[in-house]
Amino acid sequence: MLQRFIVAGMAAAGLIAAAGSSPAQTLDKIKKDGVLIVGTKADYKPFGFRDPSGAIIGFEPDLAKDVADRLHVKVQIEPVVGSNRMQFLQQGKIDLMIATMNDTPERQKVVGIIQPDYYASGVNAFVVKKAALKSWDGLKGQKICAIQGAWYNKPIAEKYGADIIAFKGTAEAETALQQGNCIGMVYDDTYFVDHLNDPKWADYEMPLESIDIAPWGLAVKLEEINGPWGQFMAKTVADWHKSGKLIEYEKKWKIPPSPFLKKMHAEAK
Amino acid sequence: MINLAPIWDWFRTLHETTGINLTIFYDAFDRARFFNSFLTSLRLMGLSLVASVLIGVVGAWLQGSRLWLVRAPTQGYIQLFRNTPPLVQLYFFYFALGSYLRMTGPHGLQVPIISSFTWAVIGLSLYAGAFNVEIFRAGIEAVPRETVEAAEALGYTRLKAYAYVILPLAFRISLPALNNNLVNLIKTSTIAYTIAVPEMLYVANQIWSDELNVPEMMNVLLVIYLFLVGVLVFVMTRWERALRVPGYTP
Repeated sequence: MLQRFIVAGMAAAGLIAAAGSSPAQTLDKIKKDGVLIVGTKADYKPFGFRDPSGAIIGFEPDLAKDVADRLHVKVQIEPVVGSNRMQFLQQGKIDLMIATMNDTPERQKVVGIIQPDYYASGVNAFVVKKAALKSWDGLKGQKICAIQGAWYNKPIAEKYGADIIAFKGTAEAETALQQGNCIGMVYDDTYFVDHLNDPKWADYEMPLESIDIAPWGLAVKLEEINGPWGQFMAKTVADWHKSGKLIEYEKKWKIPPSPFLKKMHAEAK
Repeated sequence: MINLAPIWDWFRTLHETTGINLTIFYDAFDRARFFNSFLTSLRLMGLSLVASVLIGVVGAWLQGSRLWLVRAPTQGYIQLFRNTPPLVQLYFFYFALGSYLRMTGPHGLQVPIISSFTWAVIGLSLYAGAFNVEIFRAGIEAVPRETVEAAEALGYTRLKAYAYVILPLAFRISLPALNNNLVNLIKTSTIAYTIAVPEMLYVANQIWSDELNVPEMMNVLLVIYLFLVGVLVFVMTRWERALRVPGYTP
């Protein structure tokens, strides 16, 4: 009985290993299929969100469309969240990930993050005004909502002693915030910009300075970072900076001008 | 107190030499939060296990009531909780009911009265309890009619006959099916992570988001759940054997 169990277990493990090793070239695959599959956020207005018809639109889907146009293929947007985006890329469920992901050294070991980076954001806290938060140290012992998979959840818990309650997506985290399960929410500062003028969030504020400003990178499979697909994307991002395409999209989606984009655009000229 | 530092260091070396990154052993912060999540999981499982069995015992008794007014709500409860997904039930409790049950907390804010952990215990108990009612009912129906009549002839009231004659026999018959449902309850407890109860899956998810050691943490979870379910099955089988009535075949 036990022997049979072990054999079955090994067979299953073998299958998983076999499925993981497919050295297919993504660029060839995209051209052959005529479709580019891009993973973007669907709960991160205005970078990636759903319009009333359910289609995913925003800053990042526009970038995805631009990549597809350059390859003369159709684009297909796949919604991802912080805790599954890298796995989707590794498994080949998506060809390219443009999902508000911060570029960190640890992540560079797992997925192929294209250089240069395409955007930058900091971390901030969106808190209820009644909490009268004055500094990051004021978070000590307070319940703070967050998103599962954000890299700064751990440092904020360790450094400032916040009690992080993390949810799968922004919809759940915001509902929990509105219902008083936490006094505030920590997330990318770019995400909250849209909230500050929203009457729905009139009782909330962003009183602190952004911390840990970090660049965002789009990513391909780790093995392909130096292959034709990785090189194509690196050239594309460099061109976006040079031509001012990113700044144009930033304006289109009414995102406040990012100093990072200005600097990159000036350097590329 | 035994000095555990060499063990933790061994796991750090393991990471440096083989790339197997088990931060839950060598990183003090991850170790503390994973250990706490293990305790939270155990508490969650233990409380909902006991509560769901109690719901099953009481529910099966109410289901056999002569009064229509008692039978109907019991039946309604079973159908509602057996025929809807547990995740939907949990979201309903936490996000829908939770938004009405609020009180004034610090800073003059409206805060929930019932915590996410309590909601998870309530949700899981009601979900598994609905199945337990049906499991006990099957056991009760397997108790020979003659035995119940004999108890009635001896002057037992309905409640006394249930407690002293029917339930002890029915419980023995129900144990294998109950065993199955409780194993399922242990595994279903992982859905509490969706409402941010810091149980093992939730914390493992946090850790692999920070450390990017998904395969390692998945294997750790797999082994721990295999172990926990193994312990439950072992205890239940021993109990089943201890309760066996020699020569009794219903």
